[in-house]
Amino acid sequence: MAMLSVKGVKKSFGDLKVIRDINIDVNKGEVLSILGPSGSGKTTLLRCINFLEIADEGKMIFDGVEYDMHNATKKQISELRKHTGFVFQSYNLFLNKTAIQNVTEGLIIGRKMPKDKAMKIGLDALDKVGMLDRKDFYPHQLSGGQQQRVAIARALATNPKIIYFDEPTSALDPELTGEVLQVIKKLSDEGMTMVIVTHEINFARTVSTDVILMEDGYIVERNTAKEFFDDPKEQRTREFLQMITNTLGED
Amino acid sequence: MTSRVWGIVLDSFGKILLPGLTVTIPLTILSFTFAIIIALVTAMVQFANVKVLRKIARFYIWIIRGTPLLVQLYIVFYGLANVGILLKPFPAAVIVFSINEGAYAAETIRASLESIPVGQLEAGYCVGMSYMQTIRRIVLPQAFKTAFPSLFNSLIAMTKNTSLAANITVTEMFMVTQRIVARTYEQLALYLEVALIYLIFSTILTYVQKWGEKKLNITEKSEV
Repeated sequence: MAMLSVKGVKKSFGDLKVIRDINIDVNKGEVLSILGPSGSGKTTLLRCINFLEIADEGKMIFDGVEYDMHNATKKQISELRKHTGFVFQSYNLFLNKTAIQNVTEGLIIGRKMPKDKAMKIGLDALDKVGMLDRKDFYPHQLSGGQQQRVAIARALATNPKIIYFDEPTSALDPELTGEVLQVIKKLSDEGMTMVIVTHEINFARTVSTDVILMEDGYIVERNTAKEFFDDPKEQRTREFLQMITNTLGED
Repeated sequence: MTSRVWGIVLDSFGKILLPGLTVTIPLTILSFTFAIIIALVTAMVQFANVKVLRKIARFYIWIIRGTPLLVQLYIVFYGLANVGILLKPFPAAVIVFSINEGAYAAETIRASLESIPVGQLEAGYCVGMSYMQTIRRIVLPQAFKTAFPSLFNSLIAMTKNTSLAANITVTEMFMVTQRIVARTYEQLALYLEVALIYLIFSTILTYVQKWGEKKLNITEKSEV
């Protein structure tokens, strides 16, 4: 059975239909990348799955528990979020907390974990993303790439069953994307279940098991990573990949 | 100035300073503390958009900001007596100053809360914290830092505004000065003297503010 199964999600902002009936399944250990042009609804979809936006319609089964994506209770949502991690495009580290405090806050406050236990988990998580030596730094003392690595450690520390990445490298200077992508690659090698909204085509190719192309609120194609890039089913996917490759070529 | 005036001024210094320490400062500290509590609640119900309470908060701010502080003092101390509510001068002053400053500070705090990026709240939710946990641990501490200079401004203003309490028979510094003036007829020297004492109080507070801002700025953006 799928770890995450989303059925019939719809979401509009006013008259603008951002997501028009989407179904997604993600199995345990799978890394699903969602590609698509700007405004295709990728980020909104990801936010709906973690209830940062409330969908107009849709059903979701996560780890065997069913949720109404429009009418879930606060309690259900907070229970769900105890098992998911979310990494934002703009990192959103707590600005008044150091790196280690950022990582342990959800454990000590959100989960009432004893401090010493949380600290141990937090240090392990920072170590994993290579940020242990910066554990007492505040966000403003860290580079974008370092902040994003701390944000990944923060998501990891809560021992999530799935981690959602919302364009994790889009806000970074090009020379800093590598360190973040490396960390995500490492997680994928360890079998972490992940859904990644990204513009990094090459990264999606190496890290993903499956890839989706979204456009205008629809899924154009879902395929295995290899098929998606080497032999896509849809003409539209070919065009999209062509366009991306051309743009990269001009850089 | 003649030696007679100097004599009066020197002789009065302790007499004016004493109620400054025993009345003006306690009145300010008590009123400001209550004001901040009122302001926090008033700001939070608006920030969290609590249905009916939000309207009540707006109404309260509208009334208080729209009427003069001196008139509010008269209504509470002299006016309420007409309907049988007799308050002693000091408690009446504390009530009016708290409610008055509460309305202004509420706006300062609300604006600071709204200046915190929504991503901070979302990040709190996503690591498994509740709304109130995120507000208390993440949003309020950051908002407080933003609000601190304005709130301190208000504290300095309130220290001086407590002189209005003389109008409702609170024997604070200004009231005592007026009494000495009534005996000696040295208006200029004595009013300048009390002004100087207020200035000393404000100056001390200004230094406290500087020190406080430095403390708070540990997490402040220095570059980027």
